[in-house]
Amino acid sequence: MLDATVTEDALRVEDLTVRFVRRNTDVAAVNGCAFSLKPGETLTILGESGSGKSVTLKAMMGLLPDYSRISGKVMLNGDDILSMPRAAQAKLRGRAISMIFQEPMSALDPVYTIGHQISETIIQHEGVDKVTAWKRSLELLEQVRIPSAERRLKNFPHEMSGGMRQRAMIALALACRPNVLLADEPTTALDVTVQIQILLLLRQLQEELGMAIVFVTHDVGVAAEISDRIAVMYAGRFVETGTTREIMRDARHPYTQGLLSSTVHGGLRGKVLETIPGTPPNLASLPPGCAFAPRCRYAMDRCSEGDIPVVTRESGAMARCVKAAMLETT
Amino acid sequence: MLVFAIRRLLQAIPILLGVSLVVFGLVHIVPGNPIDMLMPPEASPEVIAQMKAAFGFDKPLYVQYFLWLFRAMQGDFGLSVFNATPVMGQLMVALSNTFILAILGASLGFALGITFGMTAAMFHGKWPDKLFSALATCGVSLPHYWCAIVLVLAFSVLNDFLPAQGMGDDSLPLYQRLEHLVLPVITLSLIPMGVIGRLVRATVLEILGQDFVGALGAKGLPRWPVIRHVCKNAAPPVLAIMGLQFGYLLGGSILVETVFNWPGSGNLLNLAIYRRDIPVLQATILVLASFFVMLNLMVDIAQAAIDPRIRR
Repeated sequence: MLDATVTEDALRVEDLTVRFVRRNTDVAAVNGCAFSLKPGETLTILGESGSGKSVTLKAMMGLLPDYSRISGKVMLNGDDILSMPRAAQAKLRGRAISMIFQEPMSALDPVYTIGHQISETIIQHEGVDKVTAWKRSLELLEQVRIPSAERRLKNFPHEMSGGMRQRAMIALALACRPNVLLADEPTTALDVTVQIQILLLLRQLQEELGMAIVFVTHDVGVAAEISDRIAVMYAGRFVETGTTREIMRDARHPYTQGLLSSTVHGGLRGKVLETIPGTPPNLASLPPGCAFAPRCRYAMDRCSEGDIPVVTRESGAMARCVKAAMLETT
Repeated sequence: MLVFAIRRLLQAIPILLGVSLVVFGLVHIVPGNPIDMLMPPEASPEVIAQMKAAFGFDKPLYVQYFLWLFRAMQGDFGLSVFNATPVMGQLMVALSNTFILAILGASLGFALGITFGMTAAMFHGKWPDKLFSALATCGVSLPHYWCAIVLVLAFSVLNDFLPAQGMGDDSLPLYQRLEHLVLPVITLSLIPMGVIGRLVRATVLEILGQDFVGALGAKGLPRWPVIRHVCKNAAPPVLAIMGLQFGYLLGGSILVETVFNWPGSGNLLNLAIYRRDIPVLQATILVLASFFVMLNLMVDIAQAAIDPRIRR
């Protein structure tokens, strides 16, 4: 049975554009990004470093520096965050939408205890007293499966292991039961075994709390593990989107294909590893047309001539590519 | 935390012993005999020997050292060679005079420095940053005896607003004695202001660039709580330098105390050197050095209380 609250988008981003404008440079970091997420859904933004993944998340959190120009819409439960005054934005941050970071060691304040940092958030948003907030923090640590949580609350970040710290960071992000969780490469800095634990934890918590997750990573394996849908980002633009299965099994964009085939796994033993030649383009001077064209083995003249056709499949999957469009029509 | 404090306290003991040895040694390396300075040239050798024995200068150095240290630990620094009054009394007067200046100068300098540094960092690259950075640079680079002279010229000579010299008599009413403090305190606050201002600016900027500050914004904390986090992180390095700066001020600035004719420890030290007054010299340096060690010990403990990573 369809419930009205389930069908409503938890997060909808429309035409999000971020430019960093300084005296001599104008960097187009994100160029018209759009997606929507239902409660309980996970979207992974997959891309190389410098493709604009993190900037997209930070733009949604209002964490970008003053010289950035952000346009478009970020609709959180039906309200546009970007058009809100700063104070109203701050009220939503950490409450309706929160974020976990790549390196929990540097994202946690080193001179306050974990318990203090979690309680502080709860007190800020819910105005409860310290004792209540501390109790809630304890429950949160237990919820993220931190053993002997009581003791851990009084720990400082440097007294914990990397995995524990990331769990604490997740507890902090979940302190006020957000509708949307933004995860900025939360497993990149961790050991592989710990990575899996954190991914599983995120999935369990998502089931318990029903939040939508935007997960950013450059790791194809991690993306396959966590996501319902994947958006592949290149030079600040989604070049292909689709369900995890569509992207992993049936990628249409040459960049996505390149990313998948340059992933290292055991089956490749003894074979020459494939790479994508060249480097990502300079975002301060993007070429016209498809930004991937200079590195693309299928590139043709049309690729660098402005409007790149967008191919959509019945499922809603999308690829922004001349070659994919030609294959579609033939 | 308590263990850390006790351990640091115990570590201070060998440092203080080392200091005492250096103080004693340095003074005795200086050529010339203090008794020769005191006695008229025609004094007979017997009288000189008598004087030496009276002050204990006839014994071997190491015996002198232990005798001196033993007495010093009981607060007895002997008699001044120059005027045969107890060293302790002179020292206490000079130190308390300097202490007044130091504590006021440091408070003013630290308060201004922290305000300037924080403001400059918050408005990084904008005009308040440029203004306060320029002020801080002036503070550290202008010679403070020159500033003292300019202040005296402006407020005492050209306009008769404030007294230029001395501490004022005990018989003067309180506000008049306070007036004597104004110019020396301002002069002494300049260097701490500049040093602390620049340090606070640099430290705060470095912390503002760290990820956790963004993360604090991401959990929805408004401006002031975030600033509180930044301050607590910035405190340890700033405290360390504040301890050093206050230590320097306690030593008394010979130049500033000379310009303002202030009977403080810098003045006393200066006189003791000219007069070859070894007991006074030793006592002053030892007490100042001990203050310095204790001050840094306190800073260490305060730092550890603020930043758990320092407690090891």
